[in-house]
Amino acid sequence: MSALAAAEAPHIDWAGLSPLLALFVGAVVVLMVGLLRARFARLTLVPVLTIVAFAASAGLAVWQWDEQGSIMSGALALDSLAQVGVIGVGVAGVAAVLLSIGATAPREAAHGEYHAMMLVAAAGMAMFIGGQNLITTFLGLELLSIPLYILSATELHRRRSLESGLKYLIVGSVGSATLLYGFALIFGATGELDYAAIAREVSAQDLGSDPLMLGGVAMVVVGLAFKASVAPFHQWTPDVYEGAPTPVTAFMATATKVAAMVAFVRLFDVALVGTSGTWGPALAALAAIAMIVGNVGALGQSSMKRLLAFSSVAQAGYMLVGVVVATQLGAQATVFYVLTYVVMTAAAFAVIEAAERETGHDGVSALAGLGRRRPLHAIALTLAMLGLAGVPATVGFVAKLRVVQSAVDGGYAWLAIVLVVGSMISFVYYLRVVAKLWADEEPETAAVAVRPQPVEVEATDAVATKTVAAAPGGTPAAAVPGGGTVVVEGAPILPMTIVAVVAGAAIVALGVVPGPLMTAVEDVARAVPNLF
Amino acid sequence: MLHLSILLWLPAALGLVALLVPARSARWVGLLGAALALALSIVLVLDFDASGAPFQHVTDTAWISALGVRYQLAITGLNVWLVLLTTVGFTFTAAWIAFSDLGVHERAKHVVLHLGIAQSAVLGALLAQDLILFVAFFDLMLIPFFFLTAQFGNGDRVPATIKMIVYTLVGSLLMLVAAIAVGVLATPSGESVSYNLAEIAQRGVPEGSQGWLFACFAAAFLVKMPAFPIHGWLADGYRAMPLPILAVFSGVLSKIAVYGFLQVAIPLLPQGTADLRWIVLIMAVVSILYASTLAFTTFNARLVLAYSSIAQLGFITLGVLSLRPDAASGSLLQSVNHGVAVFGAFLAVAILSRRAGGSEDLRDFGGAATKAPIFAVFFVIVSYAVLAMPGTANFVGEFLILRGAWEGAAPALAIVASIGVALAAVYALRLFIRSSHNRVAPTLEPREGSRVELALMAVPVLLIVALAVHPQQTVDAADHATSRAVQAAAVSVGPEHVQKIVESDPEVRGIVPPSVFSESDPGRVSAAAGGAGAAGGGATGGAGEPAIDPNTGQPVDPGAVQVDPSTGQPVDPGAVQVDPSTGGEGGTIEINPETGQPVDPSTPNEGAGR
Repeated sequence: MSALAAAEAPHIDWAGLSPLLALFVGAVVVLMVGLLRARFARLTLVPVLTIVAFAASAGLAVWQWDEQGSIMSGALALDSLAQVGVIGVGVAGVAAVLLSIGATAPREAAHGEYHAMMLVAAAGMAMFIGGQNLITTFLGLELLSIPLYILSATELHRRRSLESGLKYLIVGSVGSATLLYGFALIFGATGELDYAAIAREVSAQDLGSDPLMLGGVAMVVVGLAFKASVAPFHQWTPDVYEGAPTPVTAFMATATKVAAMVAFVRLFDVALVGTSGTWGPALAALAAIAMIVGNVGALGQSSMKRLLAFSSVAQAGYMLVGVVVATQLGAQATVFYVLTYVVMTAAAFAVIEAAERETGHDGVSALAGLGRRRPLHAIALTLAMLGLAGVPATVGFVAKLRVVQSAVDGGYAWLAIVLVVGSMISFVYYLRVVAKLWADEEPETAAVAVRPQPVEVEATDAVATKTVAAAPGGTPAAAVPGGGTVVVEGAPILPMTIVAVVAGAAIVALGVVPGPLMTAVEDVARAVPNLF
Repeated sequence: MLHLSILLWLPAALGLVALLVPARSARWVGLLGAALALALSIVLVLDFDASGAPFQHVTDTAWISALGVRYQLAITGLNVWLVLLTTVGFTFTAAWIAFSDLGVHERAKHVVLHLGIAQSAVLGALLAQDLILFVAFFDLMLIPFFFLTAQFGNGDRVPATIKMIVYTLVGSLLMLVAAIAVGVLATPSGESVSYNLAEIAQRGVPEGSQGWLFACFAAAFLVKMPAFPIHGWLADGYRAMPLPILAVFSGVLSKIAVYGFLQVAIPLLPQGTADLRWIVLIMAVVSILYASTLAFTTFNARLVLAYSSIAQLGFITLGVLSLRPDAASGSLLQSVNHGVAVFGAFLAVAILSRRAGGSEDLRDFGGAATKAPIFAVFFVIVSYAVLAMPGTANFVGEFLILRGAWEGAAPALAIVASIGVALAAVYALRLFIRSSHNRVAPTLEPREGSRVELALMAVPVLLIVALAVHPQQTVDAADHATSRAVQAAAVSVGPEHVQKIVESDPEVRGIVPPSVFSESDPGRVSAAAGGAGAAGGGATGGAGEPAIDPNTGQPVDPGAVQVDPSTGQPVDPGAVQVDPSTGGEGGTIEINPETGQPVDPSTPNEGAGR
């Protein structure tokens, strides 16, 4: 009792905490509503409430934009870097929920649980983004990882989905353990948990070449590289991306990337900035390897999800460039890039999910002739691919411009050269997809696609899912990339179209008028005060 | 004042409008857009004052202020005729498409849209006065051709067009890095980054970095042309592309590469140019010989023209890299000539191919002249233009180029290159004789061109005649601009080089620092280069090297007097200074009293997040 009395409860800035709280409260409410028996509650109310929670969290982050400081006695940062990350996660979450409407995964995993899991993962991401204390950061990491392991395995009837969940669990745990060990070593070297205090100790005691410290930094690099799927720690990515349900893949690809990149920026540019001479070249090497491995790996892929998985490895390499240079310009470049990456990837996954519902698989061949069948989808995917490749007039070009400028400015011109060589390779596979979209040929499973579907979703649970051998030519269904071929009868396409159109429009609009977003991202510099 | 943005965005805007109209009338919308742009560009050419301000019709607003990238467009002596070539080429192609199968294709809307975007991108690359804007448009202009070829091309089109894009992007993306590096390296510490071309030329890029930067730019431009060892995409790409699209691709897009040398690489990187130009010159000469040889051995009519265009671009590169104003002007003239001739040549191949049942093999052609005399006359005029017959403007262009190569580079190169002139006669005449003379081929159905075909064919013929009568217009418009473009690099090459330029054309004297002639010490020459506002100008060597007033030959205190590189006039820092980016259009900027550097009022010093 006396010990409790001595420990003074920290002052809690509820307003500052509100973006995080919105996600947690949303998770609880959604979980409860999901228990109701009414179909309306499960099928309509749950997704709507989830979207509201994500949107509220992003909106509260906008409201808190100008705040500067920390909450819960320094556990979480309250600055523009945290807010921009929460906004990115919120946008990614809204897109992922829209993609989940009518998907198989939430039906098989129960709607309430599925959506609550997504919100909890997002809350973990918000903690991971805001954490400026080794303990909070690790808590956030675990909170975001565990729901994602489960979400990956929610398509219960598909072996690939279960396999991906297990694979993600094992590899992800290795990553978390490595990171935790690294944190322990850093704590051992500095005796501090707080980021700012660590930075102070490093410069005060001149720990730049302390073996304990450097060992810790090395393990942190490896652990975060696992999470951000930076080569050579990316091997799980293609399998997990391919096996997980597409909406979950979209969520992982976008939101997790935001969280991991912002955490990279905060950890390396705030806490470990004193040892940048050591980790700079190491991270640069990792980034270069990721760019080459990711882009070369994507060349031979016939599954769109695998292709995007390898492309995300390469894109993680591009984003790391901004961290490597350890300048304010670099931090801004990374944050800008990851936000644009969310938009481009969301557009791509929306189209892939729609094509998957129509044809039953995610192979590149599922997209053949899409320009004729669904021009809006085809345009959106074209813009997404061109944007990821970095074509001018898309936001991808501006993002790449920023990253290259920060690299040249920071004395890493060679890394910029590797970056453009990587993007040159990437044009091969991105353009191949685009050519497929606008080619004349029809997909193999066109018969399934054009059949008018009765609007009938889950009269009794799980009956509406009908397994169709999607290849009429006698090809065994298992040969189709992406595992089993499941065509959901009467699955809605409209939400996908909305996501695709909005994201596609944003790709062009931000590519032509990048000013406002760029000005907003400039504020991020305030969060990394020790850089110049 | 005519707003250049209208010209720039009009084709793309009408391309979008074409999406809204019924598919059958899309082609007319495309033609309308191209024709309006053509009308605007004719007005611009007529309005252009060759001896006036270096930058005319300036448009200047912030685009990405955080990066210091601005939306700056201007008409200069370098681009005015190329803009006209572009609008003529796209109008020609739009008209051709309107009367061909592509125009009634069920997806004709896509053709119109992509052509519109392509035209806007090409015009943007020509008009841009900001380095990043130039790079963006340069990269963008490839993408519409990817869609056009992938959707409407022939044969194994998707791999061919991906190969083409990736090949050309190797250079373009390296150029992106180089462009950013140029901007960042040229920025003196404490000032915000600027990518304005004139501003970078004035600040000067450190001489040590100019080598690799020039190599990156040269790679982009040489792949685009293409030049000899890096032309691998050409044959596949040309075979796959539909002919109307190919005409404008070959006639216009390759010229942007030449323009890039004159607009970006040579003025910004004079030392790099002087050091590495021999590599490019030798590549150019080898390209001429190699491509000419291939052109008279292949039987594919398209490839004859493809290789002839490599050879012609070899000549043009030779002229540009001679670093002489007259040769550079000759190169620009030759770019326009070649573009016009190529439009006619590809149309002739299309007409012949339709007679030969779709074949483009020279062996399936023959005897067209007997039944199609008017077509044959038009075709022979086009062939004469391709082989640079004396009397055509092509002859004038090649003459200027060869003289420039003799004086400015090495007589040996000029002699070897002139073999290419003879080879051009061989392949151009072979193309004509094989198709129009000889016995009528069994598969060929000889008949006169239709009225539409002949009317289209008459356009390049008339242009060839017009250029033959008035070649001087193009050269005059370009003379001042090319002098400015090559001056710094010419000084970097050495005093003898500059002396030769002035001997052949005393009018150029005004743009060359006079001190070059009074001083024979090479150390003084580089100092003079600083005075010319180029290598190691006010930005890098302001303290060490005395700047030379080009009019008086007197050293001047760099802190006191600013030399405007675009006009060569000293500027009183206390008074209102002429902004190099806006030329004489009245834009004024302040001078920072501590550094003596101009301060752009629109970008505060703490900008760019530094």
